[in-house]
Amino acid sequence: MVDISLATLLTQVFTGLVLGMIFVLLAVGLSLIFGLMTVVNFAHGSFFMLGAYFGFFLLGLTGNFWLSLVVAPLMVGVFGLIVERLLVRPLYGRSVDDPLLLTFGLSLVLIEAARLIWGKIGVTFDPPRELAQAVNLGFTMFPVYRLFVIGVTGAVLLALWFFLGRTDLGLIIRAGSRDPLMVRALGIDLGRIRLLVFGIGTLLAGLAGVLAGPMRGVYAEMGVTIVIESFVVIVVGGMGSLAGAVLAGVMIGEVVSLTTLVAPKLAEIMVFVVMAIVLLVRPSGLLGEAGLLE
Amino acid sequence: MSGIRAHPVAVFLAFFAVFPFLVPYKALATQVLIYGLFALGFNLLYGYTGLLSFGHAAYFGLGAYGAGIALAKLGVPSVWGGVAVGLALASAGGAVIGFLCLRRRGIYFAMLTLAFAQLLYFIGFHLADLTGGDDGLRGIPLLPVRLPGVEISLDTPVAFYYFTFALVALAVAALKRILDSPFGAVLGAIRENSDRAAACGYDITRIKLLSFVFSSAFAGLAGALEALRLTVVPIESLYWTTSGQVVMMTLLGGAGTFFGPFVGAATFLVLEDRLSIVTESWPLVIGLIFMAFVLFLPKGIWGTLSGGLYGR
Amino acid sequence: MNRRSFLTTAAGAATLAFPTVLRAQSKEPIRVGFPLPLTGPFAALANDLQRGATLAAEELNARGGVLGRRLEVLFRDDQLKPAVGAQRTKELIENEQVQFIVGGLAAHVQMAINEQTKKSKVLFISVSQSDEISAKPDTSPLTFHEALNPTITCRAVGGWAAQNLGKKWWIVYADYAWGKQCNAVLTDVLKRHGGTLLGSTPYPLGNAEFVAHLPKIRAAKPDVLMSATPGADNVAFLKQVISFGMKKEMRVAQPLLWLPTVKEGGPDVYADVYGGINFYWEVEDTIPQAKRYVAAFRKRFNMPPGDYGCYGYSGIRELARGIELAKSTDSDAVAKALRANPVYDHYKGKQWWRACDDKSFQDLWIVRGREPGKLLGEWGLLDVVSRIPANEELDRTCVEKGLA
Repeated sequence: MVDISLATLLTQVFTGLVLGMIFVLLAVGLSLIFGLMTVVNFAHGSFFMLGAYFGFFLLGLTGNFWLSLVVAPLMVGVFGLIVERLLVRPLYGRSVDDPLLLTFGLSLVLIEAARLIWGKIGVTFDPPRELAQAVNLGFTMFPVYRLFVIGVTGAVLLALWFFLGRTDLGLIIRAGSRDPLMVRALGIDLGRIRLLVFGIGTLLAGLAGVLAGPMRGVYAEMGVTIVIESFVVIVVGGMGSLAGAVLAGVMIGEVVSLTTLVAPKLAEIMVFVVMAIVLLVRPSGLLGEAGLLE
Repeated sequence: MSGIRAHPVAVFLAFFAVFPFLVPYKALATQVLIYGLFALGFNLLYGYTGLLSFGHAAYFGLGAYGAGIALAKLGVPSVWGGVAVGLALASAGGAVIGFLCLRRRGIYFAMLTLAFAQLLYFIGFHLADLTGGDDGLRGIPLLPVRLPGVEISLDTPVAFYYFTFALVALAVAALKRILDSPFGAVLGAIRENSDRAAACGYDITRIKLLSFVFSSAFAGLAGALEALRLTVVPIESLYWTTSGQVVMMTLLGGAGTFFGPFVGAATFLVLEDRLSIVTESWPLVIGLIFMAFVLFLPKGIWGTLSGGLYGR
Repeated sequence: MNRRSFLTTAAGAATLAFPTVLRAQSKEPIRVGFPLPLTGPFAALANDLQRGATLAAEELNARGGVLGRRLEVLFRDDQLKPAVGAQRTKELIENEQVQFIVGGLAAHVQMAINEQTKKSKVLFISVSQSDEISAKPDTSPLTFHEALNPTITCRAVGGWAAQNLGKKWWIVYADYAWGKQCNAVLTDVLKRHGGTLLGSTPYPLGNAEFVAHLPKIRAAKPDVLMSATPGADNVAFLKQVISFGMKKEMRVAQPLLWLPTVKEGGPDVYADVYGGINFYWEVEDTIPQAKRYVAAFRKRFNMPPGDYGCYGYSGIRELARGIELAKSTDSDAVAKALRANPVYDHYKGKQWWRACDDKSFQDLWIVRGREPGKLLGEWGLLDVVSRIPANEELDRTCVEKGLA
């Protein structure tokens, strides 16, 4: 039954790219948060889920998809700021386990809160009509909305690249994730930088959620498995390397997607197979630096 | 009070001999013992050696499937045979996976252990003829325990508890021996500073691997006992959520403390058991309690208690 | 707070949480354990199940209980995990001393529960889909299966679809036990009806990405696109089918439609999708028993019953009937009594237990999602297209199940 035309293959490459984009958004946020504050944010999947629910809520309230797309991630980011200040900040200087445990507890709370607020049945929300169609790409029909997801993610990554690479604040963030002590020695208030980074990271998770909502449906457990896969992505990319996270996200999206086409049984394990191979061959992931965060 | 520290095995024996009468029902007490043992195995690797495994479900699951398949499919005629197969399979799995994963350190090590555990889950899922696949392995007989001269039925919850108690007590005594040996002292050195331990001339890779294998064996024994207790092995025994659970239990109780794993398992399981009867939203309450523990008892419950008692 | 006061509080809160339990008649109550996944992705179905069982117990107690004793149902969250289901069953039997177990939602949890009830020699009425639970080696003389199973559902829905929707099919199924069973049975049914299977596409459960497959399926021009995609995957699948404009070009059918999922997806997604269902409340128009049941359910919960709620209702009512026939709460006696008097009718017409496997046979319906704008209130989401009468030939024979 393995008769795969070039058209099908190309379609699946595009599908993999869409999946990869969601991974990338989650992984970049995780990587920023982990890099700067060694917080393993287990609740990242719950912020993803919150983004989707906020999008659904705002769309119901305003009827405007574009507004929801912008405001829902911001709401998640603001919520992230509150979480950092009230819950994560007291844990700085303690062992790496503590934030992991805390965010694990937080994810339980958020999932259950979502059920209480929005009910136990999942919800769905749709993109506007002009995005809900399929468009002819020449070799296949492809849903416009999925192309839109690729575009939005690309734009956001560009903006982030500019921010981190070309602004003073971005420079401090990157320096902080390399050597927090040195940054503090330079008299920079790391507390505010951490707050900001946690906000940006969770905002990106929220954006991933609101983008994924129309494709996958919105339900309370939607972030449970994807958070593990996102950890895999940042490890494959190399801890602390944002370019690595982008590269690995796209790569894993493609691997999963193409495996689904030829051997659907293997798709769910490929994420881990890729990681095992990469780590056994390249000790610090694709673009990671040796010795960092070992 | 210093007796707790001087004679932990005796304390364990005394406390868990009466434990079933302190909790609502015996099957819960047994569950606490089994998960406590699982966490004990994890703690040997994490708390005492400083290696965070995020794939300990692999050895728990190998122990469970090993015992289950031996008894249900291969017709092994004795409980001891089943437990031995589970223990052997988990230890062998630990040796192979440990060997591969120990080539990397830190977070990369943790993620490799996760990858191999997920690989085993995947194999278990699709090897349905042997494992029952996603329906789980069923039909494990609960045979009577044969000792020289006696045969004891495990059919009642009390009998099963004390059977588990005996085996877990042996494991606890074994752990004490390991920690008290020179090998145990090196483990501490590796946890504190792996490079320095290496510089002192220890073959730290071999020592880490040995610790990994011991840890897997404890987890495997726990898995084998769980297979006997439920007479079914669910596929999720191998899933990452099971690994996550044992990490949480250990950290909650206090990593690197002797009784932490049991305290963590008891707290987690008893809370879940009682709360879920009271409210459907019990995960919310558990989550809040978890967060409170982290914020206010950073060394875990037992770590904080013993720290307070001994001024550690 | 010490342990005792904590437990007392917990017990008090537990009583508050289940106000359904009526005031004690003088004698000891009959206690029934009911594990179900109150948390996790099937929580909405579980709540419906809980409502059905609650209503049944309340009705029984209002008319004086069972054998003059109050019937008490103890619900427990199994988290949709077999190990938890097994643990909760142990707790119910050992700690709460329940005499019977009803419940379980999802095959793998049922089987873990079943292992415990077999060991403790407690009667278990299983109330969700599974082929294995009524077959060797899982079943036992104390294991009864009230729900439909994949074989029955897929033979019924598949046969109907082959006759009424078209004979050229493409099947998409989730690659796990239920999906694989559905694929096998549907393939077989189609062949027996002289149809053509154009293709069959498995996908990993929970990874609902079909975009690469859909153009291929579309090009094959099947009459019927048959999908065994459970839970959240189902909505995602249909949305993608719609985005390719395929719903207009072919009939979309599935072995089962779940009322909460149909509500989640909404009429835009589910309009014109065909599926099987064990009960849909609008059949009350034609079935007097259903009219009574739906009215009672509405009165109690302000909403009509869903599909799984009926299994919970019927499971508890049937247990009570067995106890009364046996005049005893002994599990063996109740099982014997049910086997000796196998015919019953609690909510949708005649059902019966097949003697050799203690499997319940019952009608099911073919329904179709309504167009937007044609809904009948919040829950009037489906049109009833056809009734498939109960028929033992829809299931495997007891010889095939290893029981004869």
